[in-house]
This record gives sequence, C-alpha cells and structure tokens, in this order.
Amino acid sequence: MMYRFKTDLNYSDVTPRADYMNRRTLMAGAGGLAIAAMAGRPVSAAAIAFQKSAYSTDEKPNSLEDITGYNNFYEFGTGKDDPAKHAHNLTTTPWSVKIDGLVDKPGNYSFEDIIKGVNMEERIYRLRCVEAWSMVVPWVGFQLSDLLGRIGVQSSAKYVAFETLVRPEEMRGQGRRLLDWPYREGLRLDEAMHPLTILATGLYGEDLPNQNGAPLRLVVPWKYGFKSIKSIVRISLTDSEPQATWNMQNAREYGFYSNVNPNVDHPRWSQASERPIGGGLFARRKKTLMFNGYGDQVADLYAGMDLQKNF
Amino acid sequence: MTLVQNLNAQIRKIPTWPLYVIAPVPGLVFFYWAATNQLGADPLQVLERQLGKWALQMLMITLLVTPVRNWSGVNFIKFRRAFGLTAFMYVCFHLLTWFVLDKQFFWDEIVKDLIKRPYIIIGMVNFLVLLPLAITSHNYFLRRLGPLRWRKLHKLSYVAVLAGAVHYLLVVKAWPPEPIIYVVGAVLLLLMRVNWSKFTGFASSA
Repeated sequence: MMYRFKTDLNYSDVTPRADYMNRRTLMAGAGGLAIAAMAGRPVSAAAIAFQKSAYSTDEKPNSLEDITGYNNFYEFGTGKDDPAKHAHNLTTTPWSVKIDGLVDKPGNYSFEDIIKGVNMEERIYRLRCVEAWSMVVPWVGFQLSDLLGRIGVQSSAKYVAFETLVRPEEMRGQGRRLLDWPYREGLRLDEAMHPLTILATGLYGEDLPNQNGAPLRLVVPWKYGFKSIKSIVRISLTDSEPQATWNMQNAREYGFYSNVNPNVDHPRWSQASERPIGGGLFARRKKTLMFNGYGDQVADLYAGMDLQKNF
Repeated sequence: MTLVQNLNAQIRKIPTWPLYVIAPVPGLVFFYWAATNQLGADPLQVLERQLGKWALQMLMITLLVTPVRNWSGVNFIKFRRAFGLTAFMYVCFHLLTWFVLDKQFFWDEIVKDLIKRPYIIIGMVNFLVLLPLAITSHNYFLRRLGPLRWRKLHKLSYVAVLAGAVHYLLVVKAWPPEPIIYVVGAVLLLLMRVNWSKFTGFASSA
C-alpha cells in the first residue's frame, strides 16, 4: 500500500485566511499587497469573512481541485472539465438579480445590495448528483430565508423560482439548445425558508469560482445537485409550481422535488448508492442516505407526502 | 502494379500477431493512470467510459474492413479477426471495471441493474452476443461450422455495434453529441451491409 499522509487535524483547525492575510498586511504593508499581486491573485482580496456553522458536516471536504475541476454546468459544455476550461469567459461584475413576483420590495438588486449586512457562514455540505456521485463542499454563504425576509414575501406566495444568466457570447454551451435556456429551478416556500437552504457566494473561504456558479448560487443539500441553481439573475415569488429545467427536459426522470432518495430510482439507473469523488479508482461505493443524510432536519417538510409519486 | 495492388502486397507482409500484443496496452496504461490518480476527480467514470468507447470503436473498425475493400480494393481482411478480438477484449475490460470497481460486488444492486435497467440489459446482451463470436473466431470453428454458417453467426456483430452505441446513449443525460455520433456511425455501418444491388443493380458488399 502507498504511504498515505495521516493527520488528526481538521479543516476547522486551519488558520482562517482573513487572519493570516491581516498579519501579513500589518507587517509588510505595501509589501504584502505586492506579494499578493506577484502570486497572480487579484489584490482586492477575494477572501470572505465568515463564521462557522453547526449545520456543517464534519466529513472531510473534497479538494479544491476536485470541486473546481469536475462540474456539471452545461452552459459551458457537457464535459465535466468544460466549465473549468471555459467559465473564465464569464464576467461576474457588475451583477444584479431581478427580484419580482409576490414580494413587497421588488426591483433590480445589485450583488452588493444582496450581500450587504448578511451573516456569512461556512456551510460544509454534502452534494449528491443525480448521476450517483457525491462530494463534500465547504460553501460560504447566507441563508436564503435572510434575503426572503428583507424583500417581504407576500402571504399569497407559495414557491420561489430562480433563473440563471443567459449570455451565449460568454457561455458557449448556450449556443446549442441542449437545455431550454435560461436554466430555471424552483423550491416550495417552506423548502426555501429552511435554514439549510443557502445562497452561496464563496468556496473554501474565497469568492466562488466561475465554474461553481459565480457570483451567487443556491445550495439545497438534501436534493439532487441540479436543483442548486448557479449564477442566479432572477428570483421570483409565485403561487404556482415554477418550471424547472431538468423537469422540463424529461419529467419522467427529473421530478420537481428531486429529494435524494435511495428508494426512488432514476428510470435508467439506481439511486441506492453513490460514488464518492476524490477517493481514487478504488474508492468504496457509499450507500445513499435518505435526504442525503439531512433527514433529521428536513423529513417533516414532506410528512404525509408520497415521495414515490412526488419525486 | 497498381497502387492498390502495391498496398495490398505491403499489407500482406505485415504479421498479425503484434496486434494482439499491442491491443491491451492502451487499456492497461489507462488503468495505470486511473489507479495513480492522473485521470482527474472521477477516474472510475473516465476509465469505464474510455474502455467502452474503445470497444465500440474497434467493433466499428472491424465492420469497416469489408466496405473499405469493396470501395477501394485495399484489403485488411487478415487483421479483421484481431480487430474483432480486440473489441471483445475491451468489452471484457469494460465489464470487469463495472462489476469489480464500480458496483464492487454490491450483489443486490447488480441483480437489480440486470433486470431493471435497459442500458445494463443491452450491455449484457452485447457481451453475450460477442462471446460466441470470440469463441468461434478461431480457424478450428471456421472449419467445424463451415464458412456459410460461420458467416451467418458472425452477422451478430451487426447487433453488437448498434447495441453498443445505444447502450452509451442510454447512460447520458439529455442529448450530448458524442453518443449520437456513435449511433449514427453504427447505423451507417449497417446500411453499408445492405445488398443495395437489389435496388440499384450495382454490385455491393457481400
């Protein structure tokens, strides 16, 4: 067997970037900034100040290389490495999100408006793809319920609908009608208000890389990954079930709820187990957990619902 | 000598056995890369897919020998057995990868896959169709069956190439271009086997 580095240190033991960058700039002033610039990183620090969260799993996150190099983001191509290769073409500033529908304060909110004053937290979540592979991702973001509270959801609203950017000159995959652009997704209002549901703006303590859905994306960890819509440009509150792109592509295979459920198979393949990414060729297959292991927190959202029918 | 006769004379001089030696090398190299984490975040998926693609490509090359001979006169028939057996070799690698590394002997899931998943059923049928072709590839069986029966049996390769392409198409989400290209290729290869002279009066493939 190859020697494997073992440590009892956790990711949580790692010195937060904000701290060590601070020490550097205190010590070296302009020198620190020069070092940052020479390393090729944008000098406007991409680091995000965040707090830890009790909602994080203590499982070890996947490497940054895996998380940013293995993506389904068909706007940039259908290969798993296409987003990493082509997403750099996307410009994410300026960015605004149109908020409309059954809300008190509709309008075009700039990205800065959206994140102003929010409690940024690190949420280390499991991500389970419908293709039966999974990762553990250390997102940085804030609860969607935060934003919904600020924009004033009206009592007639029952669902939240989201849309992704359409910009074929930067998102080369949108030249083909592989999916019905813009990418759309939706949640029931109680799912959207749940504390686990976040809008993520960062990864591993830094701004979200383009291929992971920069600058703003949804993360709903108890559902299949395609529901965690990326690069959001519109949030609408509605009273009828919103359109969801994969559901439109093939309703028999991709349901509106798409809760992770080992007992409900995809018509063409089993969902009973998954392949954890990053473990190498011989990684052990894992049995898939109901609601991706978040059953304790979300199961009662679906009490009394037939999850075979409402898949 | 014409160019074609010249080419054929050169081809005849090349021995066949090195093909059998070279054939497994790409698969073994890929397996090595997968095992040493050089194939990215999901080496199993990449390995499994690539082995399947090579099997399908070799099947298609096998089925190109006769059309190439009919159109250009250049004759690769002496290598066709090696091409076909290489295809079968990669089908076996692909199946083993699925069974051992992907499903990892999760028997209940394997059985469920075999009875419920169309793409797995098609894949398994493909293997079972190619198995007798591999077994009877040897001259001994050519003699025992006689050339007519042998040729009839080996027309099962038409089933295999189409089933292989459909198997790939059933595994992906939405309609990405690559599996569609294989299906189109397989259909074209089969169309080349039709006796068009029945309709056009021109000579065509045997």
